[in-house]
Amino acid sequence: MLSRTADNLYWLGRYFERAENTARMLDVAHRSALISRKDVAAADWGSVLAISGTAQGFAARHGRTDARAVITYMAFDADNHSGIAACLRRARENGRALRGSITSEMWECLNETWLTMQSKTYEDVIASGVSPFFDWVKERSHLFRGVTFGTMLRDDCYNFLRLGTFLERADNTARLLDVKYHMLLPRPDAVGGVVDFYQWAALLRSVSALRAYKRLFREAILPRRVAELLILREDMPRSLRASFREIDVLFGELRQRYHTDYECFRLAGEIYAKLRYGRMEEIFEVGLHEFLTDFIRRTGVLGKQISDDFQLAA
Amino acid sequence: MPPCYNAAVSSVRGNKLAAFDEMRDPSGALRPAYQNLDTWLSATPKEEFDRFRSEADLLFRRLGITFTVYGSGTTERLIPFDIIPRVLAAAEWAHLRVGLEQRVRAMNLFLADVYQDREIIRAGIIPADLVLANKAFRPEAAGVIPPRGTYVHVAGIDIVRTGENDFYVLEDNLRTPSGVSYMLENRVIMMRLFPELFAQNHIAPVDHYPEELLNTLRAVSPNADPTVVVLTPGPENSAYFEHAFLAEQMGIELVEGQDLFVANGFVYMRTPAGPQRVDVIYRRVDDDFLDPLALRQDSLLGVPGLLSVYRSGRVALANAIGTGVADDKAVYAFVPDIVRFYLREEPILKNVPTYLCRRPDDLKYVLANLPELVVKEVHGSGGYGMLIGPAATKAQIAEFRERLTAAPEGYIAQPTLALSTCPTFVKRGIAPRHVDLRPFVLTSDQVRIVPGGLTRVALEKGSLVVNSSQGGGTKDTWVLEA
Repeated sequence: MLSRTADNLYWLGRYFERAENTARMLDVAHRSALISRKDVAAADWGSVLAISGTAQGFAARHGRTDARAVITYMAFDADNHSGIAACLRRARENGRALRGSITSEMWECLNETWLTMQSKTYEDVIASGVSPFFDWVKERSHLFRGVTFGTMLRDDCYNFLRLGTFLERADNTARLLDVKYHMLLPRPDAVGGVVDFYQWAALLRSVSALRAYKRLFREAILPRRVAELLILREDMPRSLRASFREIDVLFGELRQRYHTDYECFRLAGEIYAKLRYGRMEEIFEVGLHEFLTDFIRRTGVLGKQISDDFQLAA
Repeated sequence: MPPCYNAAVSSVRGNKLAAFDEMRDPSGALRPAYQNLDTWLSATPKEEFDRFRSEADLLFRRLGITFTVYGSGTTERLIPFDIIPRVLAAAEWAHLRVGLEQRVRAMNLFLADVYQDREIIRAGIIPADLVLANKAFRPEAAGVIPPRGTYVHVAGIDIVRTGENDFYVLEDNLRTPSGVSYMLENRVIMMRLFPELFAQNHIAPVDHYPEELLNTLRAVSPNADPTVVVLTPGPENSAYFEHAFLAEQMGIELVEGQDLFVANGFVYMRTPAGPQRVDVIYRRVDDDFLDPLALRQDSLLGVPGLLSVYRSGRVALANAIGTGVADDKAVYAFVPDIVRFYLREEPILKNVPTYLCRRPDDLKYVLANLPELVVKEVHGSGGYGMLIGPAATKAQIAEFRERLTAAPEGYIAQPTLALSTCPTFVKRGIAPRHVDLRPFVLTSDQVRIVPGGLTRVALEKGSLVVNSSQGGGTKDTWVLEA
């Protein structure tokens, strides 16, 4: 495989995953905003920008932080790197450069997703309901993952595609938790309030974890538990630990394939060890925000190291 | 599909010549090869066809079979696809096949000769300056004997038909001919849409082309178990889809210049596991851009040092460097003589009579008969820079008269041919439209030709311009099995 191909696969994985996560964030903001007071609703929409680190870019183009502005910016603005439209376009561009390395089913899925996305506008989405649109994005991502799982040769191409997926997912989940957790920390007057429950439920739902939470903990939604679920649970597919377990496995395969010990393997192993052997108590001692900030930074460093080690950007 | 070659030409004024109808004879009776197709056409209601056509469109778009139009940014366009196939009888194809093989064999011998001993020049068959002063002649290639003596591994020979047994070669494309992906995808789409047609007719398959291409490429490797790659200029290239498609079909890497480098006298590609040696490069990058050290220095598409490795025989290039000297329009006029000189055989395929404006007598004739002729630039391609006499205005003819007088050696002229027609879907139903054919000839340890080729069709009534860049479409091409 070419280094450039590895690069395309890695970014294809990242962009499609990012599109899905952006849709999830927008969906949770939409659901929260429906049950919030007006000023709180603005904060719900604002949190989407905070999570994706796009507040500045948004401010340069839009005024008020409301549903219309945020959805337009995060879903349709082709210049917004974290936006759904841009991610799907880049996923498809990377896929187009990969026609020899991905299956035709995967390409058809990418191409069709992009073509459909191109034909959608904010007005269409409002007319037919925003949630169905976010569901559609998620479904396309599920479909792509399924097609990949069902058709792609298990070689290093597969490893690099998955690497992009899980690195992006770990980063996105960490960002989501960091922003939302501190927004939703119970205020003295709202503890146990109804709105509170819905807000936490919406957060869990955004990472498809509400039912998992109920099954695992069988108790009211406690913020600490939510953090535990999304950070340390290996059986929760969108958690940090589960994402890094996948990275650990596929790095193990790459190590065998290439007979080389790259620095990125060590960095990833270090992060995974913290997640695998860490305890929630310690994380809260350091401070959740500090822990997550450090995690996001380390993930960024790992991403750079991956590019260097495999000569991804030639 | 990219604007890769010249269009055949134009309608005939005053109905002096009627175009040959490939489906029906002048009395209106069906030709045998079209029997089954006609039954199907008359049994299928028009609405059904409309549905099929939009389905075909959708399939092409979904599969991403598009081409980039030069000068239009990154616009991707679909080439119009006509769902009525073009049919060739077994005997017609058998004739074409031997003719193609003969022609390409002679071209390879010609190239080997002009880059080594130049016997053909010494024998006075072809003027020295036409070869040696040719822009496409590559001094860098002189004295290098490529593996198996093959220069043209992939040839696209453009054929037009004017009568029952009258097939003419309009043009030889010996550099980086494109279009084969459309031949393959057209067949895939037809089989998806009309499986029953393939059950009823015995149609020679074409889908083994990528395998044949890979075998052809592997056979010129300096090593056993070679690493073969496709070298593309990149996604901006109009034929990028085809480069990617062929790499995918052959299961080999699609590389750009930046993915390759030269070290220790070998070519390597960058991989995440470290450098990997490359033995054969099916390059879809033009000669000029292959190596910024030896050729165009401003090229970002090539690989610095590639030519020195090529000259040492440690990497094979397909096609070889310098094949363009055999396919310009002035050399074209000599191909029948080239066939006779090297093979001592009579050419099986006919050449279109060609006036070389560099010859004073020819020029005189051309200037006197401009309204009847097609004038082409010797180095032009893509249907650009040509005069179609019968369709030209007085001003255009006057302009060409000046250009011809000023630089006659830059032009050739040919009579206007009445290209054959095939039934084609147009807005108002089915009507005859002019077609040509580009078969692909593969050469290395043996000659391989998949039956048929790419049929291009001029969709405008009376038009003879089949180039996709100028409104042409394509059809599936059926060679019936005997």
